[in-house]
Amino acid sequence: MTIATRTVVTRQEVEDFLYHEAALLDEWKLEEWQALLADDATYYVPPNDQPEGDHRNTLFLVADDRERIRQRVIRISDPNCHAEFPRSRTRRMIANVRIVGVEGDLVTVMANFVCYRFRRYERVREYVGEYRHILLRAGDTFRIKERRVLIDAHELGSLGSVSFIL
Amino acid sequence: MSARSYIVDDREKKTFLLDREVLVSDDILRQEMSHIFGRCWIYVGHDSELKKPGDFRSRKVAGRPVIFVRDQAGQVHCLFNTCRHRGAIVCTQRDGNARRFMCIYHGWTYGNDGKLIRVPGDDAYAESFDKSGFGLKRPARFEQYRGFWFMSLNPNVEPLTDYLGHAKDYIDLVVDQSPSGAMEIIAGVQEYDVAANWKLMVENSVDDYHLPSTHSTWLNFMANSGVKIEPPKEAGLVLPTKGLAIELGNGHFTTDNVNFRGRPVAKWIPLYGEAARPEMDEIRRELVTRLGEERARRVADTNRNLVIFPNLVINDGSSVTVRTFYPEGAGKMHVTAWALGPVEESESARARRLDAFLTFYGPGGFATPDDVEALELVQQGLANWHEDRWSEMSRGMGKEGEQLNSDEHHLRIFWRRWNELMGAPA
Repeated sequence: MTIATRTVVTRQEVEDFLYHEAALLDEWKLEEWQALLADDATYYVPPNDQPEGDHRNTLFLVADDRERIRQRVIRISDPNCHAEFPRSRTRRMIANVRIVGVEGDLVTVMANFVCYRFRRYERVREYVGEYRHILLRAGDTFRIKERRVLIDAHELGSLGSVSFIL
Repeated sequence: MSARSYIVDDREKKTFLLDREVLVSDDILRQEMSHIFGRCWIYVGHDSELKKPGDFRSRKVAGRPVIFVRDQAGQVHCLFNTCRHRGAIVCTQRDGNARRFMCIYHGWTYGNDGKLIRVPGDDAYAESFDKSGFGLKRPARFEQYRGFWFMSLNPNVEPLTDYLGHAKDYIDLVVDQSPSGAMEIIAGVQEYDVAANWKLMVENSVDDYHLPSTHSTWLNFMANSGVKIEPPKEAGLVLPTKGLAIELGNGHFTTDNVNFRGRPVAKWIPLYGEAARPEMDEIRRELVTRLGEERARRVADTNRNLVIFPNLVINDGSSVTVRTFYPEGAGKMHVTAWALGPVEESESARARRLDAFLTFYGPGGFATPDDVEALELVQQGLANWHEDRWSEMSRGMGKEGEQLNSDEHHLRIFWRRWNELMGAPA
């Protein structure tokens, strides 16, 4: 007799992972952050007016494949990336973490976030929205297969740009 | 205020200076609202944004809330989004499809052609009250060229096609990407603020002098992606290929560059991937068949950043972006940017176009955020305008003949026209 196995994923595991990711991003440890990514990882920031759009037929703010993420990290780590030199200081708060789907090794997670961003001379900019991660089970941890960041603001407006990894 | 010139334009000494007060003064901004935005043709939207009868977009144009809408008969209108009764906004959605717009305050209701069709309890009005005189107001003029709709608050403005002058030739070059001559705005809008005077965006949109210093990380990215970034071959060039700055009349101007950065229509670069080659060859063949070899080369192998005075930019570069912006105070602007593509584009070509867009443009692109940074640093530096009054803009004046995209000829065209319209002596 075989006992049906199913991947058990707890919210605590997922939360630990998201908190770890947030800490790496806030500390600009972008090489370590990239180590969390699956080989085919993608990173999307849909436009404010089409949060459920498809990047193949809708103009996004960010629609990176794995190679573009690598290039993005090279760019924003360069002192000649003027928009991020000096770097933004960011501080992310993540809450309302929910596991919304488990399919084989893939775990779909939604979480609310607030990302406070500070730069020289400027008032704080508050990015508020939802993280949608598709995580790939990798032993006792995860790899990020897809990372989708939905911004609640009706337009980017005074948030200005998404020149750091949101 | 007595008229004075905001520029020093000395063609003998070959100097050109701009008074920095024009970038910081609220008084000057107020004058711009009547002398520039109240007098010129101002971009409203693209025909393709209103596909079906009843489709509408509400937006601000030159500071005015308007409804850009297609009526049941297919006619496109630009209506002031203000109830004739007591002034409330009547269309509160940013886009959608509607036969009528009802003011939520007292229920006055307008058709999508702007006519007033219902006034609740209208028996309380006198006989002399005539609904037909209370349609939504509209700008004095509203005309289009090849799908680009403009409004003017100036009843005496010349027809749009005259106003556009030779800028029409460059709009035609963009539209020639489409086999049927129909381009469309692609879903997804980028709207963001820049803490800088709006006129700095005009300068930045066509100023190729800044590319190597502001965008070195983008150039590195292109090189990392297999695009050959060669050092300039001729004296005076700062970019890998030659580009010109061209005056188009009425304050319009463009850059006209030999392309080195790839174009979704239809110049392949390794960034697009090997798999894209056959389709891009096919797009190219269609261009040659339809337009002939020479015109096809113009469309595919050159790129241009076009400014329609005062505040419409069409960047036909790594992709096509339609970008407009308006001031929200002397030191702040609001930017709206869309992607434009041929209506008949395949799914794969459309995806490639959008991906190419993001390699350079937009708030998450590999170049635009650094432009924004540069403009904001200018605005911050301008706090010293009393002590350091003049911006230097004479690059290229020292030579006869053609002016390069990295010279400042085209910036001077803008400022001369702006100065003239502001009523200043030349």
